[in-house]
Amino acid sequence: MAADASAPSLAERIPRPSLSSAIGLVFVAVLVLWLIKNFTVSPSSFIQVSLIGLTTGCLYALVALGYTLVYGILELINFANGDVFMLGGMFAITYSTHFFNLHPGQGPVIVPILIVTLVLVMLSCGAINATIERVAYRPLRGAPRLAPLITAIGASFIIQDIGLIFWGPNYVPAPSVFPTSSVFNIGGVNFTWNMLIVFLFTIPVLLVLLYLVQRTRQGKAMRATAQDMDASAMMGIDVNRTISFTFVIAGALAGAAGFLYAFYVTAVRFDQGFQLGLIAFTAAVLGGIGNLPGAVLGAVLIGLIQAWNEGLPWHAPGSDWTQSIVFSILILILVFRPEGLLGERTPEGG
Amino acid sequence: MTEAAATAQASVAEPGAEIGLGNRLRARWHALPETHRAAISLGVIVVVSILLYFIDHALAYGLLTIGAVYWIFRLPRLPYRLAAEAGLVLVFLIAGPRSLAALLAIGFALSWVPPRHRDYTYAGVALLLTVFYPFYAGKMFTVPIFGVFPDVATGVYMLVFIMMAVGLNIVVGYAGLLDLGYVAFYAMGAYTAAWFASEQFPHRTWHFGAVGIDPHLAGIHVSIWLLLPLAGMIAALAGIAIGLPTLRLRGDYLAIVTLGFGEILPQIARNGDSLFGFNLTNGPNGITPLDSPGFGHGVSNATGGFLPANYLQCCNAKILGHQIQSTDVFFWTAVGLLLFTVFCSLRLQYSRLGRAWIAIREDETAAAAMGIPLMRTKTWAYAAGAFFGGIAGAYYGVFKSATFPGDFFFNISVFILCMVILGGMGNVWGVMVGAAFLAYLNQEGLANTGAWLNANIHVGGWRPNIDVPLYASGIYGVILIAVMLFRPEGLIPSRRRAAEFHEGVHDQPLYDIEHDEAYIQRDEAYIDPQGAET
Repeated sequence: MAADASAPSLAERIPRPSLSSAIGLVFVAVLVLWLIKNFTVSPSSFIQVSLIGLTTGCLYALVALGYTLVYGILELINFANGDVFMLGGMFAITYSTHFFNLHPGQGPVIVPILIVTLVLVMLSCGAINATIERVAYRPLRGAPRLAPLITAIGASFIIQDIGLIFWGPNYVPAPSVFPTSSVFNIGGVNFTWNMLIVFLFTIPVLLVLLYLVQRTRQGKAMRATAQDMDASAMMGIDVNRTISFTFVIAGALAGAAGFLYAFYVTAVRFDQGFQLGLIAFTAAVLGGIGNLPGAVLGAVLIGLIQAWNEGLPWHAPGSDWTQSIVFSILILILVFRPEGLLGERTPEGG
Repeated sequence: MTEAAATAQASVAEPGAEIGLGNRLRARWHALPETHRAAISLGVIVVVSILLYFIDHALAYGLLTIGAVYWIFRLPRLPYRLAAEAGLVLVFLIAGPRSLAALLAIGFALSWVPPRHRDYTYAGVALLLTVFYPFYAGKMFTVPIFGVFPDVATGVYMLVFIMMAVGLNIVVGYAGLLDLGYVAFYAMGAYTAAWFASEQFPHRTWHFGAVGIDPHLAGIHVSIWLLLPLAGMIAALAGIAIGLPTLRLRGDYLAIVTLGFGEILPQIARNGDSLFGFNLTNGPNGITPLDSPGFGHGVSNATGGFLPANYLQCCNAKILGHQIQSTDVFFWTAVGLLLFTVFCSLRLQYSRLGRAWIAIREDETAAAAMGIPLMRTKTWAYAAGAFFGGIAGAYYGVFKSATFPGDFFFNISVFILCMVILGGMGNVWGVMVGAAFLAYLNQEGLANTGAWLNANIHVGGWRPNIDVPLYASGIYGVILIAVMLFRPEGLIPSRRRAAEFHEGVHDQPLYDIEHDEAYIQRDEAYIDPQGAET
């Protein structure tokens, strides 16, 4: 039906008043009023909650980037990405405690241990994600689009069971080695070191990723493959290698997120990846899937919304409703603005 | 075993075989005369059976039986085959389990039905075997590894899930829309039944056709026979409400939106014990008990007790030496509901609407160009699928006499999807077989298999101690991937779907949507294994 999905002209970009946009504006206005009311009730807790939200948002961003990278290139929702994130957390705990005997109160030696663990986790998760692609998605490259989506769900379930087999059905505790002392404490707003570590890690990773995709030869190959697989193959790009590379990057990002999550929250369970993966996917859709800055923006927004929902003092629905709220956002976005906040970068458009 | 070793050795010796070792061995095997092949394979079966005898006796006998049945079906000439069949049946009649003899006799008799009568004969025999299942379920033989035959309560569970799979098949198989939130309709049906046939709302007392309960009992109590279609319709309305805004999205976005609904609804059910102070769903404790169906004393007396007054206080009747229990009556009602579902599904498949679904599945743009209203047609697929999901959910809620939010997780959606995919998307018979098998596995099979594994496998002093049902979802994951990679059309595919998966939908558009003779011939040309690329 929507054959004219090409770039909209300037005239089309001028917003026309419509029912759906009016509803959307009312919705956003109510949200803003609610936030302002909460801010006036207790400014310090509002800022505190928002800081927590930003930290969670950073974690989501790393996972959401994995979804958006893979979707951008294959137009496939890699359901297994969230579970690779879970494996990342599990690997981080196992590597650091079993191989390097990490435990709290070790002094400065934890820094090299954590760095080596992080590298190992990223490598493992990248390899696992690439293996999933090789086994479950590549043989179905020409099949109807339903087929790889179904194998993606299958892969996700299998990885959950792998987590269940090796790490059991309970929470796996991580040593709390990130310092939780405060960096600064102004008027009741407590910014702790473990939050800062998440920020300090996420921001450079995002910059490196942007550089990789937009400036390097490999990034150019990725963008070309995303635009037109056949044409880029004719131009001499090894499409399969490029796709594998994308999966490695996505897996490494998910692994890094798992690493941070494990030491920030200090517990991981085998089925947490799927839920968090869906939330991160929502973030990717919110920002505009296939769009790297969009994924980060969406993830930060979702992180903030989740934290506000769970932590604000005045009429917040509470953590029982987080999932419903996130999925309602997903559905609303898909229905009213399928291209996301920053616009989608896939050939088909909205 | 020796063959496997030889294969391994040969593959080491000749790594660069051009045609592939498997193919070459297969070719050499097929070059042997039929008698030699029969002798060799019977020999292998006997040797393996003797080896298996030391692990588990039943397994050895089972393998021997399967081998015998296979070679009887391969026997060419009529008198030989008839004699062999009679002999095998006789062996089990005298020595082995009688029930296996009866099953074999039925199977052999069916194999002599001429092809043009096969469809309805098979369906009729399957229906008869199902209807009489409560009479012989307890007397069946023990299957190696899988254990005893499922009991009648498991049978009800299987029938309900078959019904849901047939409903989901309308959405996924016919219309090609991936629905990852089918469990939402199941939940909708179950909660509809729970609201209108329990004491959930004690402030209003309204009885309408309810039987078998105190007429002054608080709460809303509506007859279950009215609630089943009502649940279906509410689910269908929900399907339309979900579908109208979302169905214009492309396939994978639709999947994710349905997944979202499938996650939101159980959460509402879980948190619904105080929605603005109102107890809608009783939260994680669920709603229980539910009223049970029945026909009332008037009808019951008029039919001489044939139709029970109330399913739970059933029954005094004894038929064929079998004491009828309430589970049996639930079972037969489920058979009736399933028949209705299958009938509707088959009639829909070849209707104008069904052909429109197929057209949309194969090429949406072409279908739109041919004048098929996309939105309306897709919404109807959603509504139809949801309708049967709702009925199944309501019936299962009534059967269990309880509704818990924990029953409606994402896993169930994938579980039902797995049934449709394993059986063969688009083919009602395949979907039914796949659903029956997986529902059985989920309810009894995995536990039985796990128990067998843990009891019989031991290497030296090591014994596995695996809780197999714990890993159910991973097993479904393996099934999903394996089917998609090796047989994307499912075990019993519809021909048309198989062609789509093998030829691709866009390369060779299938323009005629009539299911006529010319189409079938061309279709055969597509999937002809000997033929070169057409």
